[in-house]
Amino acid sequence: MALTDLSITIGGDAGQGVESSGSTLSLASMRSGWNVFSIQDYRSRIRGGHNFYQIRIASRPIRSHSDPAHLLLALTKESVDIHWDNLVEGAAVLYDDSLRIDAAAIEGRGLLALPMPLTEIATRHGNRVMTNTAAIGAGAGILGLSLERLLEVVKERFASKGEKLTQANLAVAEEAYQMAVSRYRGSYRYSLHDKAPPRRPAPRSAEGPMLISGNEAFALGAAAGGCRFVAAYPMTPATTIFEWMVRKEKELGIVTKHAEDEIAAICMAIGAGYAGARALVPTSGGGFSLMVEALGMAGMTEVPVVVVDVQRGGPSTGLPTRTEQADLLFVLHASQGEFPRIVLAPGTHEEYFEAGWRSLTLAERYQCPVIVLADQFLAASLCTLPWDAFRYDEIVRDRGELLDAEDLDQLGKDEYRRYRITPSGISPRALPGHPNAVYTVVTDEHDEEGHITEAIDNRVHMMAKRMRKLDQAQREMRGPKRYGPEKADLTLICWGSTVGPVVESLPLLEQGGVRANALHFTDLWPFPAEASLKALAGAQRTIAVEQNYTGQFARLLRMCTGHVVTDSLHKFDGRPFSPQQIAEACLREVAAHV
Amino acid sequence: MSSRNGKSAAPDQQLTLKDFANRVKSSWCPGCGDFGVLTALKQALVELGIAPHQAAVISGIGCGSKIVDYMRVNGFMTLHGRPLAVATGVKLANPDLHVIVVNGDGDGYGIGGNHFLHTARRNPDITHVVENNQIYALTKGQYSPTSDRGFKTSTSPDGAAEFPVNPLLIALAAGATFVARSFAGEPKHLAQMIAAGIRHRGYALIDVLQPCVTFNKINTYEWYAERIYRVDDDGAYDPSDFAQAWRTASLWGERIPIGIIFQRDDVPPYDEHVPALKRGPVVHRPFDIVDEERFASLKRAYT
Repeated sequence: MALTDLSITIGGDAGQGVESSGSTLSLASMRSGWNVFSIQDYRSRIRGGHNFYQIRIASRPIRSHSDPAHLLLALTKESVDIHWDNLVEGAAVLYDDSLRIDAAAIEGRGLLALPMPLTEIATRHGNRVMTNTAAIGAGAGILGLSLERLLEVVKERFASKGEKLTQANLAVAEEAYQMAVSRYRGSYRYSLHDKAPPRRPAPRSAEGPMLISGNEAFALGAAAGGCRFVAAYPMTPATTIFEWMVRKEKELGIVTKHAEDEIAAICMAIGAGYAGARALVPTSGGGFSLMVEALGMAGMTEVPVVVVDVQRGGPSTGLPTRTEQADLLFVLHASQGEFPRIVLAPGTHEEYFEAGWRSLTLAERYQCPVIVLADQFLAASLCTLPWDAFRYDEIVRDRGELLDAEDLDQLGKDEYRRYRITPSGISPRALPGHPNAVYTVVTDEHDEEGHITEAIDNRVHMMAKRMRKLDQAQREMRGPKRYGPEKADLTLICWGSTVGPVVESLPLLEQGGVRANALHFTDLWPFPAEASLKALAGAQRTIAVEQNYTGQFARLLRMCTGHVVTDSLHKFDGRPFSPQQIAEACLREVAAHV
Repeated sequence: MSSRNGKSAAPDQQLTLKDFANRVKSSWCPGCGDFGVLTALKQALVELGIAPHQAAVISGIGCGSKIVDYMRVNGFMTLHGRPLAVATGVKLANPDLHVIVVNGDGDGYGIGGNHFLHTARRNPDITHVVENNQIYALTKGQYSPTSDRGFKTSTSPDGAAEFPVNPLLIALAAGATFVARSFAGEPKHLAQMIAAGIRHRGYALIDVLQPCVTFNKINTYEWYAERIYRVDDDGAYDPSDFAQAWRTASLWGERIPIGIIFQRDDVPPYDEHVPALKRGPVVHRPFDIVDEERFASLKRAYT
């Protein structure tokens, strides 16, 4: 039996509820037993302009969206034109019959035109605003998702909006679903009505699969990792991490502060980190730019802090709601002088979760800033994960060399030295508040007690002490993870979120006659050079796949290992790579060099 | 005063200025007003019974900000303009610490102006002492945000063209709940003002007039001594009267008021609005708030 793998696009104007429709249909698909991966494509505006949502439904676990579309829910006429080229033969276009859409043109291309009285159904039970509920009801009916599961999700989504509105939306969804089934069941070739999903359709359950975004996974990981303080200035696409923390402030005892600007946000976090709270600052590249001076302060004063840069298209305001991986070399070098820092670039939803707690632990263990490079693509995409994808017993909340009150009680007055020179470079930390650990922290060069000095010997020893921390940190940085066969003719090199589309491109390459594997890097600084060289040892032709113009990771790889990639695949249009785009480009490249 | 962090100063323990002394040799010029601020701050802490480990003195960059290096106290000399933001983080993570910010007029009212404005309206329980000498001294004499119009320096050779910042009016306009001014030449008054600021529950600004004996030859000890007067000399002055405070804060030139210009006690400090602090400082909250059960419930939201 052929595996199910189909994509639904919901297209409409900003303000038509494209995002809420998409997430509702995604959840209904997952509860119907399918694996889901969804992305949204929107602009930096509240009303007007084309937005769309892509939901991929598959019988096997999936890590990326996919270009070929099998169903288009068109909320505007414009949607049909925009998504026309992606519609595969036999795909259906479902639209409100009041839209002036040319059914003959659709049918003429071998597609299925499915006009439905969506607005009429919506207004009969409620009002025009519910047209999108009618569209997802009809869409679910065409697809053959479980009506019961769909209605349950609609009910959950409207629960906070009152009984009347909930009932009206339920009636709209149900009528549209039934009408779509009675009119069109049997004529849509990609229907799931008679296909068995990988899991039995089931309501929300205690240990069922999860549908979660990258930002939510990161926030959940950070909260479980003992995050106690979050300060931020709202900036797309990082805001949802901060909003998650604000919602959980009371329950989890996490101080959240919406600061006056990003400089204040990171300075507050550094103040909290100095006082002993695990502190986190979510932002995007523009906000990170403002934080640069304070990043050096954290490095110099050895205060733990985590900054997550959810990258978007730059430079400057750039493409505010879109994706890019162009901040890598910037965050590696940001701020004057030299100081230890750790840079992580998680690539999957599981890795986002792990980066949440791991970044906080590394920051305290090495008493330095940790930067997590996320990006809009994974931050906002929803993925189905098994319940056990996030495991409690895997969370490490190690605070490193931290002296507690009992340790400090043993010391004499003023015996404690905050910046004691040690073989590892890590100086045992005491939090302010104990009479035997009264000390000064300064951003000038300082001695072991923290006092300002420009003495030559001290400078040399203190600088070496700080930088030495990276020797130990480097030993716990992970080399690349390999996907696909051990031996391959082509090795795709990727970092961060491109791993999903890259891994999904491997079978497409195989179909094209190229045996390929992939190396995915997540721990970028201190760079795991040895492990990387080992992983690259057997590689034949290497292609670096990056969402930037200049091939920043390929440069880093060359700088740290001497490995020069054979070729590069760059994308900087703000839209994430799809597996098809990667496969096609690689096949072209290989063909050109045969 | 007590601390939840390990040992606290015994209530009967008599603190002295010596408890706050360290062996670092100051780099301030002889006669600098910063000495007066250092002594007054120590004096205020002694009077209030706040031990060195119970306070956190956060400073910026500039001559006066080096104060944390010259005191035995929890100290954090941060970046130019940023101590209020760092201090806010310290206070919100551990409200048991008495958080005091000391910085200069360039740090506090120039590069840190945004934080000044927002901290004043936010009202965290932080005492903010600004060493206002109307000049950038550490960079050897450029005009500052509080320099008077016409003030000639290396970067204002024809005299400063901008109006000076009036920090008291800005603080009042932003909703500050404690606004005071003192003079480095009157260390007792200064210590009283700092103590009153620390006692105040909320943001307290103490703008300290102080001569720079090396780079400011205009605003000297004599210049100030001739002009300052204490608002409480007039028995009728009521610091809770906002309109009167506004008029008083506007005065500059021939007569310069010092003392508590404005104070209101009816606004709870910001930290009392923070839900996560209802059960004490978050630095003492154990990580297992997220235990296995709560972890499962957080995940359940996504099923």
